[in-house]
Amino acid sequence: MTTTVAPRARAGRDRRPVWEEPPTRIGQGLKATFLALLVLSVLFPLWVILVTSLSSRETLAEAGGLVVVPRGIDTAAYETIFAGGAVTRALWISTLVTVIGSALALTVTVLAAYGLSQPRSVGYRWLLVYFLVPFLVYPPLVPKYLVVTGLGLKDTIWALVLPPAISVFNLVVVRGFFQGIPQELLDSARVDGASHFRTLMRIVLPLSRAVIAVVGLFYAVSYWNVWFDALLFIDRNDMYPIQRVLQSYLLAGQAPHTSGGSTGVSMPPTEAIKMAVVVLTVAPIVAVYPFIQRHFIKGVLIGAVKG
Amino acid sequence: MTIRDTTVVAGSDRTRPDGPTRAGRGRRPARRRVPLRTRLARDWQLLLMVTPGFLVLLVFSYLPILGNVIAFQDYNPYLGDNPLQAFARSNWIGFGQFQLLFEDSAFWDALRNTLAITAFQLVFFFPLPIFLAIMLHNLLSSRWRGFVQTVVYLPHFFSWVLVVSFFVAMLGGAGLLAQTMRDAGMQPWNVMTNPDTFIILVTAEAVWKDVGWGTIVFLAALSTIDTSLYEAAAADGAGRWRRLWHITLPGLRPVIVLLLILRLGDALSVGFEQFLLQRDAVGRQAAEVLDTFVYHFSIATGNYGYGAAAGLFKAAIGLGLILAANRVAHLLGERGIYSK
Repeated sequence: MTTTVAPRARAGRDRRPVWEEPPTRIGQGLKATFLALLVLSVLFPLWVILVTSLSSRETLAEAGGLVVVPRGIDTAAYETIFAGGAVTRALWISTLVTVIGSALALTVTVLAAYGLSQPRSVGYRWLLVYFLVPFLVYPPLVPKYLVVTGLGLKDTIWALVLPPAISVFNLVVVRGFFQGIPQELLDSARVDGASHFRTLMRIVLPLSRAVIAVVGLFYAVSYWNVWFDALLFIDRNDMYPIQRVLQSYLLAGQAPHTSGGSTGVSMPPTEAIKMAVVVLTVAPIVAVYPFIQRHFIKGVLIGAVKG
Repeated sequence: MTIRDTTVVAGSDRTRPDGPTRAGRGRRPARRRVPLRTRLARDWQLLLMVTPGFLVLLVFSYLPILGNVIAFQDYNPYLGDNPLQAFARSNWIGFGQFQLLFEDSAFWDALRNTLAITAFQLVFFFPLPIFLAIMLHNLLSSRWRGFVQTVVYLPHFFSWVLVVSFFVAMLGGAGLLAQTMRDAGMQPWNVMTNPDTFIILVTAEAVWKDVGWGTIVFLAALSTIDTSLYEAAAADGAGRWRRLWHITLPGLRPVIVLLLILRLGDALSVGFEQFLLQRDAVGRQAAEVLDTFVYHFSIATGNYGYGAAAGLFKAAIGLGLILAANRVAHLLGERGIYSK
């Protein structure tokens, strides 16, 4: 695994140093039990939810709710969901918000990070303070609500996309990375007559693929997860993102109603549909996670912590 | 004038990326008198690049921060066609909102809940990532370590809606636990709606979501501790617990202090979405915290000035707390979040 930061991983092949006493059997056992429980506490719920979402009516009735041991695979719940209706629409809205939002936020962040990486530039110090202050002082809820509604963004995806379009944390990460690029490289490009934009596109970005990927995925995850902003700014339920729908299905006790189009076919039980909605909400996160995970310890976050 | 100062400082700043707080100190190089117009002509592209981010922060951070002034108004949204007009026409009432706030028992309940949850989590959540990090660090097999890390980081990326949904599915009234207990002929518990155990529930949720993620910082710090220290200590006869106490924990101290400061500075925020999602199931008495109070008593009811006052109160105390905590860190000889 490339993710480890422990010195041993580099020093030797997982061998115990000679000076270290061998572990006691009890200590070893306790540690293994603890870690196993921790891992299970994450994997078990995921398993149960996945299995339940793929269970048939009979299996569900027999289990009396959630299903732990699978008996065959029944995709009826997913078919119902994808036949159209609230969940399908919400998935589209969330996808739209995520794609537009992360592209926009990444652009804004990269540009600002480059613009703030040249300490000799005009206004550098003031701009840096300006960009860092929001890290300590959060925008207050009520005035933020009034600003967003006052701009007429209510019930549009822009209410979800624009306010988080720059995260100071991500900005600091990207800027820190840019500043690690040898200045001579940039200077030589500039001397050869390249503009700053060209330098950014041709020299800086190709060297920063890893950090761009991680920050982009951070943005994507946060846009996919947006819930409260939708509660504030989206009143029309045909504009709900997926988290809002998930909440109304699972937490507000509202019965899932999908399209009434499926005539004659018996509706699969709601428990399977509910869990299928959970699976569809988790799936993109789990899908992109390995890509973030590969990078995030190595380099990116460590750099941020040290800076 | 101010802009000229900038160049002066900037000259010495390249090697110190931690920025403006330090930049003002130290020896200043001789002033280079490059006219502003020349420098603008040279750097206009950089300014252009910064502009989008500048505007986003201006509109969605700085404007709302300025908007805090409605805490001193009897803000009435119906006085105008848009918030700005309503703002201009609303009456200024000084500290009236704050007076009402301090007389509101719901506000004190929310404050008490918030502080209780912070204190509880300081004891039962804060140390866990440290333990877990040390445990992972000492795991010999890097394959298992990688596997455990991969799994425990994952929930950090789940939204609160998902996390609470998971807990409802496992522990709720119709959840797996209740189902199993019913099958076994027992009276099922429903921890999701019990106000008495709510503080444990929210802490368990927070631990589940973030204990793994919290280890990253500590693992980074652990990897910087010089292994020869351990070797020397072992040669001198220090057992594993003594090494833990005299080498590992001191090595982690700066990070622990830093995170403790950040946590104390944020003592009045215990997580917003998590509480908003569960407030109705558990009831206001146990589950209302300051952030949800602000929401419920302003946007949910239309009483904007009142909510703004509560928010401003919280922000002011929070800023005071973080400055105080940082001061204490300096007194203890730690670096803190920023240097003086």
